[in-house]
Amino acid sequence: MAEPSELSRYIESYVDSSSTPAQQAASLDSVGCLVKSDSLTLEALVRELQIYLTTTDNVIRARGILLLGEVLKRIESKPLGSANIHTLVVFFKDRLADWRALRGALIGCLSLIRRKSVVGMVTGTDAKAIVQSFLDYIQVQSLGQYDRKLSLELLDCLLERYSDVLASLGEELIYGICEAVDIEKDPECLMLIFHIIETVGKLYLDPSGPNTNFVEEIFDILEAYFPIHFTHPVGDDAHVQRDDLSRALMAAFSSTPLFEPYLIPLLLDKLSSSLHSAKIDSLRYLRACSSKYGAERIAKYVRAIWPLIKDIISTYLEDPDFSFTLAPLNGFGPSKNELVIEALSLLQQLILQNSNLLVSLIIDDEDVNICIKTTASYEKYNDIPVQEKKKLHCVGCILHVMAKTSLSSCNEVFQNHFSRIMDNLVSVGNLDNPQNGEVFPSQRVKFGLLYLCIELLEGCRKLFSVSEHPALQYVLEHETCCTELHRFSTPLFNAFCSVLALSNEICPLDPEIYIGVKGLQILAMFCSDVFPVSMLLFEDILKKLMSIIIEDSNKMTLWEAALKALFHIGSFVQKFDESEKAMSYKSLVVEKAAELLSINDINLPLSLKVKALSEIGMTGKINMLTVLQGLRGVVFANVSDVCASRNSRSFETAVQLLECYSCKLLPWIHENRCSEEFIEQFAVDIWAHAGNCMDICAPFEEKGLLDALMKVMKVSVASCSVDSQNTIILKAYTVLSSHTNFQLNKVQRMPLSPGQYDISHRDEWILSLFASAIIAVCPKTHIPNLRVLLDLFMVMHLRGIVPAAQALGSIINKLASKSSSAESSSDLTLEEALDIIFCTKLWFSTSDMLQRTNRTNGSAMVITDLCLGGANDRLLQINAICGLSWIGKGLLMCGQEKIKDIAMIFIGCLKTEEQPLDPLVMKCAADAFHVLMSDSDVCLNKKFHAIIRPLYKQRFFSSMMPVFQQLITKSHPSFSRSFLYRAMAHIISDTPLIVILNDANKLIPVLLDCMSILTEDVQDKDILYGLLLLLSGILTNKNGTEAVTENAHIIISCLTRLVDYPNKTLVRETAIQCLLAMSELPHARIYPMRTQVLQSIAKALDDKKRSVRHEAIRCRRAWSHH
Amino acid sequence: MVSTLINANPIIYEKKERRTRTSPPTTNDDYAVEPIDQLEIFDILRDIKDPEHPYSLEELKVITEDAVEVDDHRSYVRVTFTPTVEHCSMATIIGLCLRVKLMRSLPSRYKVDIRVAPGSHATEAAVNKQLNDKERVAAALENPNLLDMVDECLAPSYN
Repeated sequence: MAEPSELSRYIESYVDSSSTPAQQAASLDSVGCLVKSDSLTLEALVRELQIYLTTTDNVIRARGILLLGEVLKRIESKPLGSANIHTLVVFFKDRLADWRALRGALIGCLSLIRRKSVVGMVTGTDAKAIVQSFLDYIQVQSLGQYDRKLSLELLDCLLERYSDVLASLGEELIYGICEAVDIEKDPECLMLIFHIIETVGKLYLDPSGPNTNFVEEIFDILEAYFPIHFTHPVGDDAHVQRDDLSRALMAAFSSTPLFEPYLIPLLLDKLSSSLHSAKIDSLRYLRACSSKYGAERIAKYVRAIWPLIKDIISTYLEDPDFSFTLAPLNGFGPSKNELVIEALSLLQQLILQNSNLLVSLIIDDEDVNICIKTTASYEKYNDIPVQEKKKLHCVGCILHVMAKTSLSSCNEVFQNHFSRIMDNLVSVGNLDNPQNGEVFPSQRVKFGLLYLCIELLEGCRKLFSVSEHPALQYVLEHETCCTELHRFSTPLFNAFCSVLALSNEICPLDPEIYIGVKGLQILAMFCSDVFPVSMLLFEDILKKLMSIIIEDSNKMTLWEAALKALFHIGSFVQKFDESEKAMSYKSLVVEKAAELLSINDINLPLSLKVKALSEIGMTGKINMLTVLQGLRGVVFANVSDVCASRNSRSFETAVQLLECYSCKLLPWIHENRCSEEFIEQFAVDIWAHAGNCMDICAPFEEKGLLDALMKVMKVSVASCSVDSQNTIILKAYTVLSSHTNFQLNKVQRMPLSPGQYDISHRDEWILSLFASAIIAVCPKTHIPNLRVLLDLFMVMHLRGIVPAAQALGSIINKLASKSSSAESSSDLTLEEALDIIFCTKLWFSTSDMLQRTNRTNGSAMVITDLCLGGANDRLLQINAICGLSWIGKGLLMCGQEKIKDIAMIFIGCLKTEEQPLDPLVMKCAADAFHVLMSDSDVCLNKKFHAIIRPLYKQRFFSSMMPVFQQLITKSHPSFSRSFLYRAMAHIISDTPLIVILNDANKLIPVLLDCMSILTEDVQDKDILYGLLLLLSGILTNKNGTEAVTENAHIIISCLTRLVDYPNKTLVRETAIQCLLAMSELPHARIYPMRTQVLQSIAKALDDKKRSVRHEAIRCRRAWSHH
Repeated sequence: MVSTLINANPIIYEKKERRTRTSPPTTNDDYAVEPIDQLEIFDILRDIKDPEHPYSLEELKVITEDAVEVDDHRSYVRVTFTPTVEHCSMATIIGLCLRVKLMRSLPSRYKVDIRVAPGSHATEAAVNKQLNDKERVAAALENPNLLDMVDECLAPSYN
């Protein structure tokens, strides 16, 4: 038991009107906790509260009752005895009469009503007593907003939970509710009111019930709110939005069919109003109500609704878009106008409900019939007047809806319109003639009629594909629409073909092409389960489309449309598992497309052949496999051809196909989770061919082919699993060891002699290919004989073979260090590998191109010596630096400490106290930082399974900056300093902006110095632009403002110099934008620079680029208006 | 200020879609020259606000693209504008706005010539003379009231 004194202190503090809201809430919480944890019984609380509950002081009594109510709210889930509940109900019910203390009573009642039966709920009689008291005493509309909300919540809750008991209250209840909800304006209360009325409508307003005389009254209350006019701004803290209100009102309206005589005329009236929201809401409400009220009640309005729907569709429908780029599968892209969408779905709903009446209305509709008749006289799309086009589209949409909605409406429309349209088509041309090769006079085809046919067909197709009953097949065969379709399928095919033929003769017109190709596509895409378009026809369609692919490559629109159609047909056939069609698709399309590659005498460019092949392959896994098999054959035939005869044509073919394979097909295979068997096999085959080709002759000398092969190798290996990677690497290793002069099996230890490795072109190429496979492997993949490979790569990268260096970096990156070597599959730890790399002595004889030096003892040197120029050979030094930068990148990304040593080697190349180094070497060393910091596409990225430690760039940046800053202050002016700046520029521009911002004040001067150094050489324009973007990032970020203000002077003078940087337009543009941003700084700070800026901007007004001039005008205005 | 509007009810025309320039040469060649052309001048002027209505000169068809003649080679530009009514006393203000906007936006090598379209204004010759007299333009811009008015008309065209 809690101390009584403590309890009374809480109560005092809650009731006391002088204590702060926070204190009151705290004491309420404490009391609530006491009761919840059983340290205080409810009886004890009431006893303690007694005086506060009964005092004549209005304020204190209100607070006391509120306290009890709030406590009850907190223990809603705590079991209470029925006697207790009854007592509380009696108390609170009586308190409802006490308007001064109403809130507490409302909260109390509400929390009692909300109790679930397991914890003891209010009995029916008690609930009835509460309602009675509510109706007797509470004048809802005279209360404040919050109390109104509580009262309505109470009412809502009572209706929801005790509807059966309350029914006996009858008219009194409904009358009371009407009184309570009238003229409410608050959105939150309105939500409750709409819900209350919805419940009332469902429960008490039965068409056969006694309370029908209240319907008009309730409707009058609701009517005032339609359409919801809601002016609260979006983002206001009110939680209710217009859509919520609208939906709640709709639910209230559709709760009982008794509203029908009042509501529907209102909706029809609002439908023709000019207010957009009123129209949309009317359409939505009509749809909701018609499904709730039932067909019978709606039937009498159908005649009135139909013209309105037609009117809305024809007014708001956009012009049709006859192009294949939009909504390729779903017929004509669904209209984007909300009104049209709603109107069409209402139409669909009504057709479902009142099929016969509405369908006959539409069938007999004069506008529709006239439209069908008039369009018959136009032969080409462009001949149709604009108004007619719109009408045509409108009729098309309506027919489409009719065809797709139900079987009976589909039958009707086919029987009446389709047959008439077809008769019209057939009568003008000899369409019955099934010879598809022979095209009848093409001028005779009516565009408008064909368009309507397409809409009908598409609708019908949708209807069939929705009804996927297997048994339906037998039923459907005898339906009118099917017999009609059967009767006319061949003429239709001929008509579509002839539209295409028409576009052949004259210049190809988009709408005609669209209609023709689309029509063929739809015909081919009928589900054969429910409606079998004959196989013969299906094959004819495929043949026709393929003939376009083969012959009409000079008409791009037509060609692309045909390819898209083939793609959709193929995907459809695969998706719905139509084995018979799939067979003919495979033989007629897929295999034909694969054959095209090797046929040279047709007039189809190679790029289009490749495009067609890849598109068709992407229709499904099986087709992809066929395509890949074809592609493999052609690739290797061409590669062998290149090796044997240096045929430039085969060379081009092979390169394009390999590109297509690595850029398009491989990602698709990966995405669609096909088996990787083929990828693995293909990679292994490349190795087999590489071995064979190289045996015969000098390998592909064209660099393009090697690049393409390397790319394919990388992407294939990267997308394989570890097992497949092992297989590929093993094969590669075999080729490397058996087909080259590298003596891999002779495990040699240092020192190595490069004389042995004076390698042929052939070996170099095989090595590059091997390196590209190594670059892409997973960390877990086993690489055989790693030690020797490391040695090999080390020597080879000194010969300037960059992939070898990249492979080294990649290997190092993925090796596990000693501590975790247990789980690694390789026989080498990171430490050992580093040891090999940095301690292998590379011995050079004087007879070689490499000079012996006397600097190191003897003639053995390790890579670091070479980088620092130990060999006295510039080329060697540059290669060593370049290679070391890739190794360093691998280390940097996995977060190795060793990277600092490497960075220091590069810095060592940059600082020269004694004699100036070769500038080329210094530039290379500076650019090594670019390799370290930038994200590379070719290796060491996520795609190629590199280990990337988070924030590695930040770490490197912060460890390098102090070193550089110190060096720059110490360094000799001009020469070596410029290279230091260059290196820094690389580091800074690849560091995330947020890190730079932290240190902006110190970095801005450095950044500006870097920029002024980089303006000197044209080749540095991209680095310069990168730095400038960084600067503009600092300028526009609010965290950088302080540093910018401080350095305003130097920033502005740097920018004014960049305004006429001749080599890159974007630099000038960005510099001027930066100046514009600078004009926002405090006036006093930038005023001294004003003249300087205006002078340089005046020059920019006469810039040779328009975009720069445009920026200059804005900037000048901002600065001159100070 | 005049208490009644000179043209109380002008005709508003629809704004033309800003024509996007076709091929983007900037990406290909950083050194190619894009001369100042008719459309560029029109783009500079089209958003100037009319002195008495909240509409742009384009919307009131005071200037059109065809009314701009430009020869970048000879650094010469001539703008012919059409006041909405013949006796429009705002013609000089509009002309001044055009001149100031061009002065601020074009390189200094340009010679700007502003004219009222022939037959569109009652005192055509006087207005033309006033607008192309260097001294008078300079004097006008020293008048703070006039300058404020011009700046107000030019304000929206920079957005």
